[in-house]
Amino acid sequence: MTITQRFGPYGGRYVPETLVAALEELEQAYETYRDDPAFNAELRMLQEDYAGRPTPLFAARRLSEVVGCRVYLKREDLAHTGAHKINNTLGQILLATRMGKKRIIAETGAGQHGVATATVAALFGLSCHVYMGEEDIRRQELNVYRMRLLGAEVIPVTSGSGTLKDATNEAIRDWVTNVETTHYIIGSVVGPAPYPTIVRDFQSVIGREARQQILEKEGRLPDGIVACVGAGSNAIGIFHDFLGESTVRLVGVEAAGLGLETGRHGASLATGRGGILHGSYSYVLQDEDGQIQEAHSIAAGLDYPSVGPEHSYLKDLGRVEYTSATDAEALQAFQALARLEGIIPALESAHALAYLLRGGHGFSADEVLIVNLSGRGDKDVYTAARALEREE
Amino acid sequence: MSVLTRLFREARHPLLIPYAVGGYPDPASCEAVLDTYIESGVALVEIGIPFSDPLADGPVIQAASQMALRAGTRPRDVLELAERAARRGVEVVLLCYLNTVLAFGKERFFASCADRGVAGVVVPDLPVEEADELRALAASAGVDLVLLAAPTSPDTRLARIAGAASGFIYCVSTTGVTGARASLRADLPQFLNRLRRYAELPLAVGFGVSTPEQAATVARYADGVIVGSALVNMVDADDRFHDSLASVRRFLAHALDAIAKAT
Repeated sequence: MTITQRFGPYGGRYVPETLVAALEELEQAYETYRDDPAFNAELRMLQEDYAGRPTPLFAARRLSEVVGCRVYLKREDLAHTGAHKINNTLGQILLATRMGKKRIIAETGAGQHGVATATVAALFGLSCHVYMGEEDIRRQELNVYRMRLLGAEVIPVTSGSGTLKDATNEAIRDWVTNVETTHYIIGSVVGPAPYPTIVRDFQSVIGREARQQILEKEGRLPDGIVACVGAGSNAIGIFHDFLGESTVRLVGVEAAGLGLETGRHGASLATGRGGILHGSYSYVLQDEDGQIQEAHSIAAGLDYPSVGPEHSYLKDLGRVEYTSATDAEALQAFQALARLEGIIPALESAHALAYLLRGGHGFSADEVLIVNLSGRGDKDVYTAARALEREE
Repeated sequence: MSVLTRLFREARHPLLIPYAVGGYPDPASCEAVLDTYIESGVALVEIGIPFSDPLADGPVIQAASQMALRAGTRPRDVLELAERAARRGVEVVLLCYLNTVLAFGKERFFASCADRGVAGVVVPDLPVEEADELRALAASAGVDLVLLAAPTSPDTRLARIAGAASGFIYCVSTTGVTGARASLRADLPQFLNRLRRYAELPLAVGFGVSTPEQAATVARYADGVIVGSALVNMVDADDRFHDSLASVRRFLAHALDAIAKAT
């Protein structure tokens, strides 16, 4: 089976010629190994024995009472390294070793993907360089320390807004320079083909597990699934297995930042238009000349001015409803889950919870839905504390 | 034969092609930079439309692009700079990232290029398999869409690039982004020979050519040499701007002389 290059008009491979051969090599490797029993057995072993999969599906009773429908949490926060990001990095490191690459690079926003990449690089004894915006280094100190502890070199990126977009630019520039020895583990369902497909496939374990778990617990499919959308890998990961189930409402929640009307947000699907960023065509926050605009979110992992091309396609098809939650709503949800369920969610995941907590979601009391709790919030405690102090 | 192809064919020596970031350090000063290029006797200049996220560019051109954008440079300003240069008797190639073309409007962009006398357009993030639509629009406007080839391109891709290119082929001298380098890749001649098996068009080499001596070395194998970051780096944004133009003038005179002696 060949790998999807486009999702409707979105996706493609808009990169300097120097990288095309490497993308073709990656595509070839993925075509070879994705149905290879030995590859999949090794991946499954690592998912189970190393990363702790399957992650639990937890019936959140007190949260359910508050939001007025029956909510399950898909506990990606319990996966090794504290977020869903490990699903992708385990898959890609296996591809990298099979391609004979000795050096790994990655970009990171919140630091979760950087940690997940540094982790698998340590596991396989490969050198690892992680590009991170200096603004993000400041607000995600803990993850910077974790990456260094894991043996990775964290390279500060000062260009542009010093966030995820700029870190991705630098990672791509590194890859153009060192393409013959280096594999770039991109962290989300973005970038040039075949990355959006590869990352989606490695993340879709979330949705496959969730389907089996909800069938065991409820004897039926859920009525809805809610996930936050920055670039969109946790959302695609949990949605993908349900795209063909027309009775399952799928809701993606973007970062409305300080409010959509302020222009300071990360809601590419809500307010962007078609454009090219990081090698693919998708909804992009840009000005009338096509200059990419800076995104804003209190959640570093949602602070990205574009979105995976498959999300753009799903939006146009109307298969997924996309909405947004503000920084303030996410902060409220962050505290609410801590107090209702004893779980501190990542600020990213708190956007998905905020959609339910603010009401108007339309799910009735006996309806069942799954929220993808994509990561844990330890990394966000200082950010949240500072923001809450300001509010008071 | 296109205007650009003929320019290379009829030149006595391989062409020296200086590059400027359009609108750097500001639109008016950029005119002076381009005038310096033109008065040095080059026949072809390359002007970049500044983009917020220039993936193929190193730190010098990134910083210059940011400064041009902060000075308020817009694509239409760069088109005006191009028109002005073309009126002074040189041919002009624009370098712009694909998102700039999409935001401007694809058809309108190539029509504007034709109106302004721009002979060719280089889009560094447009590989050959994504290029069909722009090639057709460029061709109907009478503008060359210049494709890039890289040392990492296997022969099958080089053949495809050669078959689709027009004007000349922009050969990336090395893996990596734009920017000055101490030495060039040792296998550059082999790369150009590999490409010549498929390509009849002139081959111009860019990325990393930093000194007049390197330009002369490259000119032994190529039909043109593009010098970008090294020149952009010479242009001072502050009160030494006019002194820096003198440095640019000296660099170009040396490079033209070295190329003439080497070929």
